[in-house]
Amino acid sequence: MKDGHAPRRKLLIVGAALLAVLVITPFSGSYVIVLVTHALIFAILAMSLDILLGYTGLPSLGQAAYLGMGGYLTAILATRYQFGLDWTFWVVVALGMLIGAATAAFFGLFAIRATGVYFLMITLALGMCVWGLAYRWNSVTGGDNGIVLPPRPDFGIQLADDLTFFYVVFGFFLASLVMMTILVGSPFGRSLVGIRENELRMRILGYNTWLHKYIAFIIAGAFGGLAGVLWAHAHGLVSPEDVILATSVDALLMVVLGGPGTLVGGALGAGIVVALREYLSTLVPWWQYVLGGVYVLTILYLPGGLMSIPERVRRWRAQSRGAGVEKSLESASH
Amino acid sequence: MDANFWIIQAFNGVSYGALLFLLASGLSLIFGVMRIVNLAHGSFFLLGGYVALTVIWTTGSWLLAIPVAALVVAVVGLLMERVFLRPLGFDPLRQVLLTVGFAYLFQQAALDIWGGDNLDIVPPAVLKDSTVVGGFYFPRYRMFMIGMAVAIGLMLWLVMEKTRMGAMIRATVDDAEMARGVGIDTSRVSMFIFALGAFLAALGGVIGGAFLGVYPGLDFAILPIAFAVVIIGGMGSLTGAAVGSLIVGLADNFGKALFPEVSYFTLYAPMVLILALKPTGLFGRE
Repeated sequence: MKDGHAPRRKLLIVGAALLAVLVITPFSGSYVIVLVTHALIFAILAMSLDILLGYTGLPSLGQAAYLGMGGYLTAILATRYQFGLDWTFWVVVALGMLIGAATAAFFGLFAIRATGVYFLMITLALGMCVWGLAYRWNSVTGGDNGIVLPPRPDFGIQLADDLTFFYVVFGFFLASLVMMTILVGSPFGRSLVGIRENELRMRILGYNTWLHKYIAFIIAGAFGGLAGVLWAHAHGLVSPEDVILATSVDALLMVVLGGPGTLVGGALGAGIVVALREYLSTLVPWWQYVLGGVYVLTILYLPGGLMSIPERVRRWRAQSRGAGVEKSLESASH
Repeated sequence: MDANFWIIQAFNGVSYGALLFLLASGLSLIFGVMRIVNLAHGSFFLLGGYVALTVIWTTGSWLLAIPVAALVVAVVGLLMERVFLRPLGFDPLRQVLLTVGFAYLFQQAALDIWGGDNLDIVPPAVLKDSTVVGGFYFPRYRMFMIGMAVAIGLMLWLVMEKTRMGAMIRATVDDAEMARGVGIDTSRVSMFIFALGAFLAALGGVIGGAFLGVYPGLDFAILPIAFAVVIIGGMGSLTGAAVGSLIVGLADNFGKALFPEVSYFTLYAPMVLILALKPTGLFGRE
């Protein structure tokens, strides 16, 4: 409040951080490039979930379903019809977002009515439906083995090169971040926050809260589908592992770890979780203790996520600086 | 597909349902009393199997392994509830993530202690044969599973309906705030229920270890199935858990035999429908 430049400063910090990722990554080892690419893809998934969890207050336990839909669509088109391996890659991107949105539109019919714990459970069940099909519907999904993709698309720009692919994924990430930032700042986004804070009041004010939540659900599904298309090409393999419960739960952790309702927090959380899962696991056999520990410690000690740390530090400093003033104010207000 | 197919599949389905009942009754009670979606429940199941193996390796007694494993895991559950879940207060999302964190920690601990191999719990020879009834071969171990589930179910029912603790639990399921208002120590009820849930899940793990095996990943493989049971039956209801277990056990067996390609879909789609139409499940109360 006292600092009118806060939004601009935040923008500068986020911009600088993204620029650093963009500039430093190409000069890192080839393994780091792959790792950052994966993190960026999961960042898109985490941000899509943040629209639901952070802005609308809907904790979905099935976000991996849309990742899976986008991924399987990409893999099936590529292996069966050789579609999406040249410029048609862009068509597949659009189709991936469309199938994510369509799946969410269908799932939303069941899920949106539920609230709180029931929403958690129904999204869990919906996610398991997708997993069940991926795991068992051998003739379409390849069952347990999944589908191995051909080399990445080539449309003048060769995505097979990991660095080139990194730039493209970075572009998608940036575009998603910008679009979602505009979305949550729009009147529609503000009413989502209103629903999160007090749905009944919003309904009394005349908002169709069901429709608002439904549309947010569909948008989140679309970005989840986009993440799926990119993930299929990044990983080169789509399998039921991508849609297991743990993937959905990890997406939730990314958002909560970074800070719900901040978008970039989800991206930060994605970076950390991917680093733990894919990098630390190659270094030490006990990496899961770290992952589990991060879950437990975040929940216990950092309910606002990493993005809330600067605010906490500021408050703590203000408190220790003006402890006397605070105290007298506090006693006056009581 | 003759009568033989139907009878054997039905028997297999019922016995699998019996195992699911052990796992899901605790999960259902935990949800009913504490409103916690416990994603570590599969871990209790798996840990039960592992602890039982250790007991069998050291003492050679399968019979001893059952209560020891269940009690050890019950203590683990009790500590988890007291030290971590209780201070958290009511916040579904944070509770879920906390239980996931524990599931990962348990997974790693199990890997460190018992290794990554697929292990098997071998029951006594008496239970390994089949009994012939009317020309059909019924594996005795599956009969034992059904008997065990019926016995545990009866015991739970007696505790819930006839004891003071049971009345307190039912009151807490119905309306926790009101229960606190009339002087019920809901914190103690929660502690008891969480430990009981862990106990039952571990019991299921020991008994299921003989035909599902004990291996890393079993925890997250069995967990969603337990949730299907709880949701179809209704959260917080013992009768619901029993009926839900039967339905899911049969649906799983016949689904896999009749429509293998969509068998899991046939399991989770009804779960979605019930949640959408009647979130409280078949036997849950409003």
